[in-house]
Amino acid sequence: MASASQAVASEDVALSVRDLTVSLPAGMERAHAVENVSFDLKRGQILCIIGESGSGKSVTANAIMGLLPKAIRVTSGSIDLNGTNIVAISPDKLRNLRGRVVSMIFQDPLSALNPLMTVGAQIEEVMAAHDVGTAKSRRSRAIDLLVEVGLPDPQLMYHQYPFRLSGGQRQRVMIAMALALEPAILIADEPTTALDVTTQAQILKLIRDIQRRKGMSVMFITHDFGVVAEIADSVVVMEKGHCVEQGSAEQVLKSPSHLYTRRLIAAVPHLTGKDRNPLEAADRASILKVECLVKTYRSGSALFRTQRIVTAVNGVSFDLTQGRTLGVVGESGSGKSSLGRLLIKLMESDGGSILFEGRDVAGLTEAEFRPLRPKIQMIFQDPFASLNPRSTVGQILTVGPVAHGVPHREAGERARELLSHVGLDSGAFERYPHEFSGGQRQRVGIARALMFKPKLLIADEAVSALDVSIQAQILKLLDQIQRETGVSMIFITHDLRVASQICDEIAVMHRGQIIERGPPSQIFLDPKSAYTRELVAAIPGEQPRGARALAGVNEHRRDTAKNEERS
Amino acid sequence: MPGFLLNRFSQSIVLLVIVSIIGFTVLNFMPGGPLAQFGLDPGMTQKDIERLAEQLGLNRPLWIQYFDWAWRLVQGDWGHSFRDGTPVLAVIGRHLFATLLLMGTSTALAIAIGSWIGIRGATHRYSLFDYCATIGAMVALSVPTFWFGLVGIYIFTLKLGWVPAGNMYTIGDGSVPDYLHHLILPSLVLSLVHVAVWSRYMRTATLDALSQDFVKTARAKGLSERRILLKHVVGNALLPMITLAGVQLPSILTGALVTETIFTWPGMGRLFLDSLGYSDYPMVMGLLIFSAILVVLGNLVADILVALVDPRIRLS
Repeated sequence: MASASQAVASEDVALSVRDLTVSLPAGMERAHAVENVSFDLKRGQILCIIGESGSGKSVTANAIMGLLPKAIRVTSGSIDLNGTNIVAISPDKLRNLRGRVVSMIFQDPLSALNPLMTVGAQIEEVMAAHDVGTAKSRRSRAIDLLVEVGLPDPQLMYHQYPFRLSGGQRQRVMIAMALALEPAILIADEPTTALDVTTQAQILKLIRDIQRRKGMSVMFITHDFGVVAEIADSVVVMEKGHCVEQGSAEQVLKSPSHLYTRRLIAAVPHLTGKDRNPLEAADRASILKVECLVKTYRSGSALFRTQRIVTAVNGVSFDLTQGRTLGVVGESGSGKSSLGRLLIKLMESDGGSILFEGRDVAGLTEAEFRPLRPKIQMIFQDPFASLNPRSTVGQILTVGPVAHGVPHREAGERARELLSHVGLDSGAFERYPHEFSGGQRQRVGIARALMFKPKLLIADEAVSALDVSIQAQILKLLDQIQRETGVSMIFITHDLRVASQICDEIAVMHRGQIIERGPPSQIFLDPKSAYTRELVAAIPGEQPRGARALAGVNEHRRDTAKNEERS
Repeated sequence: MPGFLLNRFSQSIVLLVIVSIIGFTVLNFMPGGPLAQFGLDPGMTQKDIERLAEQLGLNRPLWIQYFDWAWRLVQGDWGHSFRDGTPVLAVIGRHLFATLLLMGTSTALAIAIGSWIGIRGATHRYSLFDYCATIGAMVALSVPTFWFGLVGIYIFTLKLGWVPAGNMYTIGDGSVPDYLHHLILPSLVLSLVHVAVWSRYMRTATLDALSQDFVKTARAKGLSERRILLKHVVGNALLPMITLAGVQLPSILTGALVTETIFTWPGMGRLFLDSLGYSDYPMVMGLLIFSAILVVLGNLVADILVALVDPRIRLS
């Protein structure tokens, strides 16, 4: 691969990486973070580097910026930037290039801006650091940049502190900052991963527009093939520090040659537009019926009239049939997680009823509700934070049932049984959470929830922290468990594609209310509300079918859409 | 913001009331009582002592004594010293300048030196400097203040003769250089422990700020390390330290108790010890309330300062 691209004329190439090897300190799980990686970023193109966690994609980006931590260093290879090999140059010269020739934006816009400096001051700082312009010209340039990235009221925005801005707005500020000195290359390290899907669509469009307008070269790092389909001209696929495949976006997406790429693309969840095949439950009774549920958050002091009231859940009603899965989909702040916490009574509701197996549990005290707790279990989002690092997996699994009076031996036996059921070997019982990968930990989390033989599982973003290939496995496991045990599930997620994989019915939440409810086929192909339409249209890599759905399609064309997607 | 201030202010008042009640009760349950010293005087009969108790209102129920004392306090009458009958407030006023001079200097020293050590320790982590600072802080924390005071006097006064052994000024001189000359040793000794504490916290806070994403952003912008440190790291690291400074204020006050005694510094710490020795209850209570007010004020000022510096609090 390296030799094939050696001949490319340097005027066409903005950045050329050759045989880059970055070593890790001794004692890590592998010797190299990145090994013999070569690729070219052509002028005026968007190159996507895609890979799962640990693939070395971020290390590559940081090596290009010269921002690697001290313990990790480039051991061989070259990074050629406009004719300069930046691996060899002094830190001062490298610093001079940063922000001027190459700029970078990061994943989490909430923490990437200094909370104590105004937006304007932070943008001006790039120019000041490179001695460009006067105080006055820098100020007017900063305001121009705020206009360019589409922020409302730039004069006001200039004096604003970051905490006043939404995640999407902060990412726009980051982009404005990166563009301040018209760099030749922009490196974007998962810039939309932390954003809501509609915001992600806007930021992707902004990056694409700016790149075209300025003829900039963009190196875009992502783990999401949907984003690649949306934005990439060419693609580099990385796995465990190696570049396994590269080529044009079309070529890699349509006819991937490497096995890993194929597996990765196959694992990407798509909108099925097809309803799930529910198990034939003899008993079609309702297990959970929620009516007009309300939760308001209060902060500040009522005494001194500084109180703020936020209605997180505002009159939510739905019912769930036994053995079915209800997806609760919404963006951040929609109230979906608050709803989950209300259902499991981790916090008290302010109104409405929760009928669990016909009994209203909303008003029950903790002592009254406790006997019911085993029947409603939760699977949490973060497989790292939700398991106690000082307990063995066996302890984690058995502590709950033992507290509810199950003998140690019996609980232990069930735990071993469940561990093999969720696909872990029985040796896992004695081990500690840190010995497992994220996906394995999530399996432990599922086994823990199943220990009680629950009637209802609430999964709050249960697969959001996982890589796509792992995500697919966990979704399959959940599906299998439901078919075997007949457990009912509430699946809370921000990702419509994931929801479409596993849910019988989907409720779309927006500002504390359920604005639309229906089977996946209706939500995705024939959404009734404007907000759902917007949400579906924003899903990266799914536009064609979304557009068709908007036009209103007949049954026949829906089927062809499904076939296309399977192929 | 005004709501926040009002809230904090009312909390402070409640706190002061609780402190005064505890102080008053404990003091009055101490064995002997305020008039015990007269019991040893052969010239005083039991009758004399009873008459004295009636004069001073000490024979009333405790809670009436408390309310009487508190009501006068609010009106500005802090009572009279048992020792010589001068108003408590006047005595405190005479000693206030000395304590504030010593406290202020040593606090400023502690913050300046401690911050510098902490920041340097964080930016040069695991260097020789960092190790020395760590060990130094451990030593300063584990050795009592009076020992440093005595050793300081032995070396710098007796052996080298650089600084005076005590007092705030030379009688008959009293010029600014003379005050400063007397101030050097006690303020350094008093600040030693606080340098140790402050530098450890500052090191942690700086490391924390250094690992933040916005520091990476600043590097990606091409800023120099020096500018990153000054513009982005130090400000964010100092934010939690302001609260710490407010919390440390009481320990600087109590530290002054020992230091002032060693260096015969005419401040409130020494006054407090002397008054306790004389069973001068009005004086002791006055000093107790006065230091409580200082501590509460210090915390209040720290809270306001944080609110002023941090736009997230100031503007919401």
